[in-house]
Amino acid sequence: MPGPRPANEVVVLTAEQIPRTITRIAHEILEKNPGDASLAVVGIHTRGAFLGDRIHELLCGVGGRPYDKGALDISFYRDDVAARGAVGVIPSTPQPIVKDTDLPFSIDGATIVLVDDVLYTGRTIRAAIDALFDYGRPAAVQLAVLVDRGHRELPIRPDYVGKNLPTAPKERISVRLEECDGKDEVVLVRSKEA
Amino acid sequence: MPKRDLISIDDLSRADVELLLDTAESFLPVLERDIKKVPTLRGRTIVNLFWEASTRTSSSFDLAAKRLSADTLSLKASGSAVEKGETLKDTAITLSAYSPDIIVMRHPSAGACQTLSANTEASVINAGDGKHQHPTQCLLDLFSMRQNLGRDLDGLKVFIIGDILHSRVARSDIMGFQMLGMEVTLVGPPTLMPRGIEEMGVKVEYDLANLKDADVIYLLRIQKERIKAGANFLPSLREYSQLWGVSQVRLRPGQRVMHPGPINRGVEIASDIADDDENLIAHQVFSGLAVRMAILYRTIVGYSDGAASGEVL
Repeated sequence: MPGPRPANEVVVLTAEQIPRTITRIAHEILEKNPGDASLAVVGIHTRGAFLGDRIHELLCGVGGRPYDKGALDISFYRDDVAARGAVGVIPSTPQPIVKDTDLPFSIDGATIVLVDDVLYTGRTIRAAIDALFDYGRPAAVQLAVLVDRGHRELPIRPDYVGKNLPTAPKERISVRLEECDGKDEVVLVRSKEA
Repeated sequence: MPKRDLISIDDLSRADVELLLDTAESFLPVLERDIKKVPTLRGRTIVNLFWEASTRTSSSFDLAAKRLSADTLSLKASGSAVEKGETLKDTAITLSAYSPDIIVMRHPSAGACQTLSANTEASVINAGDGKHQHPTQCLLDLFSMRQNLGRDLDGLKVFIIGDILHSRVARSDIMGFQMLGMEVTLVGPPTLMPRGIEEMGVKVEYDLANLKDADVIYLLRIQKERIKAGANFLPSLREYSQLWGVSQVRLRPGQRVMHPGPINRGVEIASDIADDDENLIAHQVFSGLAVRMAILYRTIVGYSDGAASGEVL
């Protein structure tokens, strides 16, 4: 078993609250898109894809249709690809191993619900929209996130929000999911020096 | 981030090689969709310098850069200032004025890439230098093996057959294949076997008696220059073909044939193998694109996979 929770971590969504929040988002999606058979869920790797799977399952169950689903990796669309000569201007983050982008259906004319775990600067979503449009022309793109922590740097707004969580830029939101972390929880991690 | 060159396979650790192969795999879906392009290296400049003839290496580097949205500048020796006697150093200084991010170079002399690298801020990728190294060929060979024979190449037995003496492909492949745990046997006429090559940890044989032991048979091109009068490497192509050429009758089922191309039908490879779907030759060409995209991408973004950082934008 893991040790006691570090003092700088605060749980903001518990293992009981997360499924309820996801269920609510699924209902909101159906409410906003009544009878839309072209509705499809596309999760953004890594945790957005797992959340997308869960939302998709609920949609199919409640909506009674076999909606399409997919997953998107946005690594090749990021705007922070390490820039030589621009040290300090663009922070250089290690570029992750790319997971499969899997869109096993035509997105042309579909209503796509993008799913991600945390909405922060909006840059991931910008990249995801760019990636999506290289696969086709959806009729509409909507955005569902488990946590909106604010501090947007782009004009991007979510359509479905699990929890609005005002944060300080120094804090971090860590979403943990059963599928990849062994348990469901969302924690706020306070920066140690703050 | 200091610049990173890829001049020899030993510039890479095993982890780097595996990261490159994984990265190449992640480009495959991009190459299958309608828009076969990602914006990753938009605004970057990649120079391709080919001082020696090349079809697949130069075309795949050029296309790889374009698939990543980089701008490319391709130069050949003929028609350039090299014909007017410009030295490599001066060419490097001239091209550096355009601030390229990467210079890909093929050159007839071993070590030319080091000279280039010393005179430019750009990362240098070796696309073949004399008889020294051809690391990107080795990486695409590894990629083809992994795609067709399974991810774990450990313990696989590879026979590299042909003109080892003049082959930069062989030098890179020996190192790369061994790095991933394969056992390498070299086969060829004694005149084309470098002295002391056993020190690289390979077995050396002079005939095909043990060919049945191979899982992969890697054939090298026999160049016509080797039979010129005075060269004294081979009496004739026909003799080479009889003693070291590989045809279907010499294979057992399940053995896979590879060749870096271009092939010489009827010399090192019989037509019945060249035309057989079981060989990996066409797949090697296909792999060249994804692998070179991965190399360009990693040269610019770095070899760290960031798995631990979990950064969210």
